[in-house]
Amino acid sequence: MNIFVLLKKTFDTEEKIKINDGQIEEDGAEYIINPYDEYAVEESIIQRDEHGGEVTVVTIGDDESEKQLRTALAMGADKAVLINTDEDLEDGDQSTTVKILESFFDDKEADLIFAGNVAIDESSGQVGPRLAEALDISCVTTITSLKIDGDTASIEKDVEGDVEMVESALPLLVTCQQGLNEPRYPSLPGIMKAKKKPLEELEIDDLDLEEEELEPKTVTIDIFLPPEKGAGKVLEGEVDDQVRELVTLLKDEKKVL
Amino acid sequence: MSKLLVFGESMEGTLRNVSFEAVAAAKKIDADAEVVGVIFGSEDLKEQGEEIIRYGADRAVIVQHEKLENYTADAYGQAAMAVIQEESPDGIVMGHTSIGKDLTPKLATKLDSGLISDGVDIDNEGDNVAFIRPIYSGKAFEKKIITEGLTFVTIRPNNIKPLERNESRSGEVTAKHVDIGDIRTVIKDVISKASDGVDLSEANVIIAGGRGVKSKEGFEPLYELAEVLGGTVGASRGACDAEYCDYALQIGQTGKVVTPDLYIAVGISGAIQHLAGMSNSKVIVAINKDPESNIFNVADYGIVGDLFEVVPNLTEELKQLKLNV
Repeated sequence: MNIFVLLKKTFDTEEKIKINDGQIEEDGAEYIINPYDEYAVEESIIQRDEHGGEVTVVTIGDDESEKQLRTALAMGADKAVLINTDEDLEDGDQSTTVKILESFFDDKEADLIFAGNVAIDESSGQVGPRLAEALDISCVTTITSLKIDGDTASIEKDVEGDVEMVESALPLLVTCQQGLNEPRYPSLPGIMKAKKKPLEELEIDDLDLEEEELEPKTVTIDIFLPPEKGAGKVLEGEVDDQVRELVTLLKDEKKVL
Repeated sequence: MSKLLVFGESMEGTLRNVSFEAVAAAKKIDADAEVVGVIFGSEDLKEQGEEIIRYGADRAVIVQHEKLENYTADAYGQAAMAVIQEESPDGIVMGHTSIGKDLTPKLATKLDSGLISDGVDIDNEGDNVAFIRPIYSGKAFEKKIITEGLTFVTIRPNNIKPLERNESRSGEVTAKHVDIGDIRTVIKDVISKASDGVDLSEANVIIAGGRGVKSKEGFEPLYELAEVLGGTVGASRGACDAEYCDYALQIGQTGKVVTPDLYIAVGISGAIQHLAGMSNSKVIVAINKDPESNIFNVADYGIVGDLFEVVPNLTEELKQLKLNV
């Protein structure tokens, strides 16, 4: 099977957000594989081990993105592709990203594409379903289980807590939800092997794209931090008193009861 | 005058609240716009068409087809495209729900359009309509505008107030016939796991339990409190990992993101990944025996104490309050 994974690097979840000149301060930030993309990497390896084939991890990023790709290779992916847009792309949105990926996938004949349900930085959740539409393949979002038999996939999909049992033919793009699997940690031999696995670097010029296709259709005009919350009030006294005061505050001050 | 479509969501015969919020959002985008509610389903949708008008839509288009019983991207996509082609709107608004998240990116690509997902507010001061949306799990916000084509947005439930329901408001409800062809994904079955039918993202009150709740049985008092408050129970990842409850209830970075009016965190330490899912709640109450818990840093009110004593006590107090009203 010809399996692909869409991967994005994101800020470490512990990272504090600072804003400098209307931009998120990126200097010194630690990056990780987007947590939902980790489920995607793990699932691609599980499916390959069961059905054979090859896993290629693809990211759009910059020189620094090699680190997350090597991690995915160390987990067990076979090949990686970095589409480096650092120098060629000033602004972009999800439409831009998908135009680039669409062009990349044009001659790939993918059977299965895994993506995260959402990236925890910009959290649009658009790229997976948009790409499936662009490639005209079927797509199931927020999956929590995947069984493949021949060219049919039986899927469990999380729908706001309920589970839908879905069947779809390959080729297929799925977005991965928590509960799908437990992503493995790269082993030491895995890390050693990953250093020698193929990592191809492409630029926009290597893809068949017109400049105007990449024009974003949405643009961010400001970034700001949420209003600072004043210190909360810790209630004093015996449990009875605390509870009574809490109810009064919720009812009279906050008017939420 | 601009024309904005609002894709309503029908659930067990009634419209979800987020559909009315989407109507209000459309009016915020352009107060003079003609707002057209669009509803898909397999049953008779006339009443729902009338209802969306009572909440501020100018007219409604209802699309009834046996293949629209359950949401599939293919069936809904084809039906939605048929309506979009006929109406040629200037914009589309939908809830950022399970269906909204799945459908809108596909439509945006079909329409070669931009899409702003998960808006929590709309800023309509200058020439451009700007949408505010949380990024980095609510640790920051961005203001985004559409520079080209359709004003296409999804809005996060529970953030934009619906307009007041007006019983006497009426408008035209038109039935649109659509042909629906191939469907590549087939829904075989739906297993209901969410405990009480109220989706966490739309709940006004959430009682969430963490590791401090100690067991599955430990969640009982939380359910009792939720019942008195008309709320829904959620959980931290720790509680889910420990199998006190299903992952369907998880709130946080890798779970649901919620913004209820009242969030009561019980026995939750407040790891940054949990805060990412709930810190934008309007009022936060923390109940925890450890006064150093991080959760107290985001709480409006905190009670340091044994949750098994505090929670039942709170439930009792609220029951008394109800009796006295």
